[in-house]
Amino acid sequence: MREITYAQASLEAFAEEMRRDPKVFHMSTDAPQPLVKEFGPTRVRATPIAESALTGMAIGAAGSGYRPIVDWRMVTFCFVAMDQIVNQAAKIHYMFGGQAKFPILYRASVGGGTRLAAQHSQSPYSMFMNLAGLKMILPSTPYDLKGLLKSAIRDDNPVIAFEATRLFGTKGMVPEEDYTLPLGKADIKREGKDITIVALAWAVHESLAAAEALAAEGISVEVIDPRTLVPMDVATIRASVRKTGRLLVADEAGPTCGAAAEISALATEDPATFACLRGPVKRLCGLQVPIPYSPGMEDFVFPDRQKIAAAVRELVRPKS
Amino acid sequence: MQPSPERQREMLRQMQTIRRFEERASDDYHGGAIYGVVHCYIGEEAVAVGVCSTLNRDDQIISTHRGHGHCIAKGADLNRMMAELYGRETGYCKGKGGSMHIADFGIGMLGANGIVAGGIAIVTGAGLAAQLDGKGRVAVSFFGDGASNAGPFHESLNIAAAWKLPVIFVCENNLYAAQTSAAETHAQEDIAARAHGYGIPGVIVDGNDVLAVHGAAAKAVARARAGEGPTLIECKTYRWRRHTERVNQPDFRPEHEIEVWLKKDPIARLVAHLKSQQGQLTDAEWQEMDRQVLRGIEEAVGFAKSSPFPKPEAALEDVFAS
Repeated sequence: MREITYAQASLEAFAEEMRRDPKVFHMSTDAPQPLVKEFGPTRVRATPIAESALTGMAIGAAGSGYRPIVDWRMVTFCFVAMDQIVNQAAKIHYMFGGQAKFPILYRASVGGGTRLAAQHSQSPYSMFMNLAGLKMILPSTPYDLKGLLKSAIRDDNPVIAFEATRLFGTKGMVPEEDYTLPLGKADIKREGKDITIVALAWAVHESLAAAEALAAEGISVEVIDPRTLVPMDVATIRASVRKTGRLLVADEAGPTCGAAAEISALATEDPATFACLRGPVKRLCGLQVPIPYSPGMEDFVFPDRQKIAAAVRELVRPKS
Repeated sequence: MQPSPERQREMLRQMQTIRRFEERASDDYHGGAIYGVVHCYIGEEAVAVGVCSTLNRDDQIISTHRGHGHCIAKGADLNRMMAELYGRETGYCKGKGGSMHIADFGIGMLGANGIVAGGIAIVTGAGLAAQLDGKGRVAVSFFGDGASNAGPFHESLNIAAAWKLPVIFVCENNLYAAQTSAAETHAQEDIAARAHGYGIPGVIVDGNDVLAVHGAAAKAVARARAGEGPTLIECKTYRWRRHTERVNQPDFRPEHEIEVWLKKDPIARLVAHLKSQQGQLTDAEWQEMDRQVLRGIEEAVGFAKSSPFPKPEAALEDVFAS
């Protein structure tokens, strides 16, 4: 084990998988230089700024036996490729009766906190969750990111890796040897008995900080990170809620039709889980606005550790 | 070089197969046995057949919403095609695709596509795979004049040109994007002229002359196989029928224009050419060929009708590859 950053974790994952499988190649505008240096410009291709073409070309290359990685960079830039994502990548395996496999990794940074204003601070993963046919990961630590990226590259389906921009510089312990983490398996980041927080990406770290503060107040918080959005590890989430009887979902994306709404519904529509609930379920999300630039306004929009702790107190010790 | 007489007769058989297949598909669509929508390629058969006659089995093509012709020209099985239109389990897509989504990856047919310009980037990616494989394979994108105005056309031509990908872009300019005339939506009549902007050859060919299409495609394929990059071929052609077979589908095309193009029938043209060459095709041989084609269509319909519908629960299968 050694400590590396979230950004280093993804580069390591790509390099290791490219060494392992000659069919893996990488396309992005501005090719990542460490990869170009090791694998050359044929496998690590610098492309025109043409996300629609890149997204579609990955489908054709995947259907011809390759395992392309397409880095859209910011999720913002993939919106010009929505036809290729929604109408083609998500449906092509199903629509043609499963006759070919399309192993593709699309990669996009998401989330705010870096003062980049409305277009470059979005967390639109639920738009993609709503489609059938795409898997997606949203890891919160270097260890999870690397292990899940390696699984995503080896998976025979299109997978979108959403990576939180504001976590790029965060560090964590990562093994030096080869390892993978399964898609669709949540991680219990902290065990507790009074309330379950299901948190996504940056909100995992804020929830853990809140849990630490709340422990001093005698509130025991369990923090679950789904890590994978599709497929969602419903079983782990429900088991935790059955144990604690309370659920808070923390996500910096807006609440409307969001991942938090989906997680709440998945937990509560299960009769056995519903029967264990001791109070209402709460979503603590980013506010439903485009993300503003000025620091005071931007911070106001997101659910940080103070807001999470306050929400937990309200749920655990409601004023009656 | 012209294809051999034997090869030309095979091209004729394929063109007639496309036409007879679609006549039957249209009839059965109106009869209620085929669902959704059917787009007929009749009148444009020379494009698919002329181009595909220059390809190998492992070369790849991608098609459009008007895709039956490309499937047949690339060698697809009529039984499985018709079964797909009938929504049966034995269809190419197990009944999940229908007329607009027939694919056969085994013969390099990467699929019909319900989105105009939706396939161009995908097949350009197949071209990249072919280049990476380095075995001389090529990829062909079929699309219409409508798609030539969409972003993926321009993005893909640029990348294919910049990277010298072995891709042949075949524009079937049938003068209409759905119901809208190309004259209203293109500042310049010739789509092939756009190739100049990407630094690749742009060729205009009579899309109703299968031998001319074959010649242009053979040249582009040879160039692609030699690693010299893509070509844009514009085939001037015309669809005989409305945009779709839907009842009440409007058609604003002038009668006299349709009449002019009906006289340029690509099949009649090849028949006349073969008959004019000593001993290459007699009336009796042509009639027999048509009878055989019709028998093949009849068999396909029989196969489709005798095939089971998929179980409703099969809707849950194939969302993800396992």
